[in-house]
Amino acid sequence: MRRYIAARLAQAVLVVLLSLTAVFGMVRLGGDPVLLFLPMDIQAKDVNAIRQRLGFNDPLAVQYARFMGGALRGDFGESLRYRRDALGLVLERLPATLLLAATSIALTLIVAVPLGLLTAVRRDTLVDHVGTVAMVLGQATPGFWLGLMLIYLFAVHLRWLPTGGTGSLAHLVMPSVVLAAFFSARVARLTRSAVLDVLGEDYIKTARAKGLGEARVIGKHTLRNSAIPIVTLAGLEAGQLLGGAVVTETIFAWPGLGRLTVQALLNRDFPVVMAAVSLTSIVYTLMNLGVDLAYGWLDPRVRIRP
Amino acid sequence: MKKWLGLVLTVAVVLVAGAAPWLTAHDPLLADFVASLKPPGTPGHPLGTDQLGRDLLARVLYGARLALFIGVCTVVVTAVVGGLLGLVAGFVERWPSAVLMRLADVQLSFPFILLALTINAIVGLGLRNIILSLSAAGWVVYARVVRGEVLSVKQRDFVQAAAALGVGRARLLFRHVLPNVAPSIIVVASLQFSQFVVAEAAISFLGFGVQPPTPAWGSMLSESRDFLYVAWWLAAFPGAALALTALGVNLLGDWLRDTLDPKLRV
Repeated sequence: MRRYIAARLAQAVLVVLLSLTAVFGMVRLGGDPVLLFLPMDIQAKDVNAIRQRLGFNDPLAVQYARFMGGALRGDFGESLRYRRDALGLVLERLPATLLLAATSIALTLIVAVPLGLLTAVRRDTLVDHVGTVAMVLGQATPGFWLGLMLIYLFAVHLRWLPTGGTGSLAHLVMPSVVLAAFFSARVARLTRSAVLDVLGEDYIKTARAKGLGEARVIGKHTLRNSAIPIVTLAGLEAGQLLGGAVVTETIFAWPGLGRLTVQALLNRDFPVVMAAVSLTSIVYTLMNLGVDLAYGWLDPRVRIRP
Repeated sequence: MKKWLGLVLTVAVVLVAGAAPWLTAHDPLLADFVASLKPPGTPGHPLGTDQLGRDLLARVLYGARLALFIGVCTVVVTAVVGGLLGLVAGFVERWPSAVLMRLADVQLSFPFILLALTINAIVGLGLRNIILSLSAAGWVVYARVVRGEVLSVKQRDFVQAAAALGVGRARLLFRHVLPNVAPSIIVVASLQFSQFVVAEAAISFLGFGVQPPTPAWGSMLSESRDFLYVAWWLAAFPGAALALTALGVNLLGDWLRDTLDPKLRV
């Protein structure tokens, strides 16, 4: 197990380094970076001064070394708009996103796992059909449209919930439901197919044949064994919540990392963009690492594979 | 059931998109300020009109053309680029394989939508660039799947036999290996299609991608936010069209996967 952890940690460090390189490369993709960094209405004579000040006249290798050196120390430069440390701005927004993501994951576990279990156990009954249709619909409904429709229904029409912003528990309801909807549909489908796989195994037949009660067969033998694929795949999918947050936070004016990223992209505030995208990538990589380690712990067979 | 619903929905969207000019007499770009914000059911405007008096049905129909065009282009680009890279990496192994897998790790360390959005903001707006950005963010899935498949197909007897008979490497790759990994490429393509269509709408919704006044579902939904209090239909119909398209293609993809390649489940 120790070797497995060491190998996965080394791989995660490599991925983070390469991802930072990719962020640097992406910003250089658009040609002259100064034109990206500047507002559209800049005077031509100022361009060169700014290019000099931001260090874009140096060779690319020097710029890359400076970026990586800074990034590893947590220094992505200063926000062009707020004149503040870019990473500081980004870190300020992280808790809001994590709160939203955690609420969505909790909602998903409460709704999706029981739904998946129920539809699998009651296979080919009305419950299964209705549940499966709900999962397929949930997966096909774009989050931002669901968000708009919920705002229309609960904020505009019924006036039960605020349209957006933050401050109270009521503000958290719609964003977390929207973020959880797609995720729940995925997790419910995964749960259903994982439980169906396990229900076909011989040891379930044995458990039933020896006269175990159905509650024990499902509660202990089935659920325990289907937990491995559910935990793994749900964990991998949870990373996509960070992507979903980009759209959801924008609709509901939720002051998180995703909304900051979109605003920074619109403002061409590239130090903030680089800090935000890098941080998202690091959080995502850490989540994947956590899932892999949990997987190795749950299922010893995995540890042999490097 | 899955198969038929998926097939019917997908064919319906394709037909509606193709026949858009014959299904509506209105120009999706033509403003008519006298008839602005008319509700659905207004004579001449079955789905109502938007803030500039443009016919919503026409905009939704032409939006289908754009969505399908972007989806098809992106799927073709990603399947060809990702598929070829995966083929080569799986066939040659050694360093191409290692490089590709590290690249894949890096790409997969960013959420798909964030990657596509950031690339789009950097390379610029417009139709060509949104296809480019989605492709740059999406090719890696094919590369991984195809590489994995090639690694296993390569070991099969008929490939070994062909190699022993002195068949050239290129011919071996394209005549013997490729046809055997093609089903996986088709399955991944069908599963990716709706992801691309929805991602394009999301990016346009956020103010990047396809710009107004071009009738794209995403930018229509974005504009509808300012009128949510007075005109629910501006948000309801383009979104419903998007959801139905995604639903149809998803169902079709699920069915294709179950039929062609049960291994790819989940």
